[in-house]
Amino acid sequence: MLLLLAMALFALGLVGVIVRRNLLVMLMCMELMLNGVNLSLVTFAQQTGTAAGAVLVFLIFVVAAAEIAIAIPIVLVLVRQRRTLDADAYMDLNG
Amino acid sequence: MIDMLLRNLDTALLFVFAFSALVGAALMLVLRHPMQVAMALISTMVFLGGIYGLLGVHFIAAFQVLIYVSAVMVFMVYVIMLLDVRDVSFTRRFSPWLAPGIAGGALLFGALGYGLWFGVDQVASATVSFGLAQFAAAFLSEYWLQFELTSVLLVAAVVAALAVIKGSRRRDRG
Repeated sequence: MLLLLAMALFALGLVGVIVRRNLLVMLMCMELMLNGVNLSLVTFAQQTGTAAGAVLVFLIFVVAAAEIAIAIPIVLVLVRQRRTLDADAYMDLNG
Repeated sequence: MIDMLLRNLDTALLFVFAFSALVGAALMLVLRHPMQVAMALISTMVFLGGIYGLLGVHFIAAFQVLIYVSAVMVFMVYVIMLLDVRDVSFTRRFSPWLAPGIAGGALLFGALGYGLWFGVDQVASATVSFGLAQFAAAFLSEYWLQFELTSVLLVAAVVAALAVIKGSRRRDRG
C-alpha cells in the first residue's frame, strides 16, 4: 500500500510539473516527486531490513536541499529580469 | 469497537496519514495561490513524516520534519512572500499542456501500477527493523564515499548560488 502511495505521489508531482504555469509551484511539485521516491526507498529498506535505503534517503535530503538552494536564486534572477513567474514567458530559453 | 480500534491503531493511523498525504498532493495541483500550494506540500510532508515514524524509522521522520519542512519549505515560503507577482500564472493556473500532462500522468500511474501489481510483489517482506546504531555504522563505514560526495555537492551548490547572484548583479550594473 505504501508503494502505491509513493507511486501516486510521484505521478501527481510529474503531472504538476507539466500542468502548472507558476515556476515556484513547479519547483514544489518536483519536491513532491522526491518525497514519493523517499517513501518508496524507506518502504524497500523496511522490507529488506537493510540500511542502504535509509542511507539513500539521507543523500536525497541533501540533494533536495542543494537543488532548492540553486533553483531559488535562478528563479529570483529570472523574475527580476522579466517580472513574471509564468513558465511560458521564458520560452526563448529552450535551445 | 474501540478496543479493536486501539489494537489496530498503528494500521488505522497509517491509513489516515497515507490518505491525508494523498489529499495534500492532489490539492497541490488545483490550488491557485503558491502559498496555498506550499501549505498543502508542507502538510503532505508532515504526514509522510508520520508514516516514517509509524514504520519505525524515527530518525528519518525527524529529518523529514527538520530538513524538508523547516529548512526547504521555510525557504520556499519566504521566496513566495518575496515574489508576490500576480501575473498570468496567477489568473490562469494551467499551462496549455493540461490534457497531455494529465494523460501522461495517468499513463505513468498505470505503467507503475502494472509493474507493482505483477512485478515486485515477490519481494520477501522480511520487515526486519533496523535501529539508529546499525544505520550510523553502515553510513560512516560502508557509504563514506557517498557521504563525502554529497558534501562536495553541497559546496558546489553554495558556489553556484553565489555565482548566479553575483552574475546577475554585475549585469545590472553594466
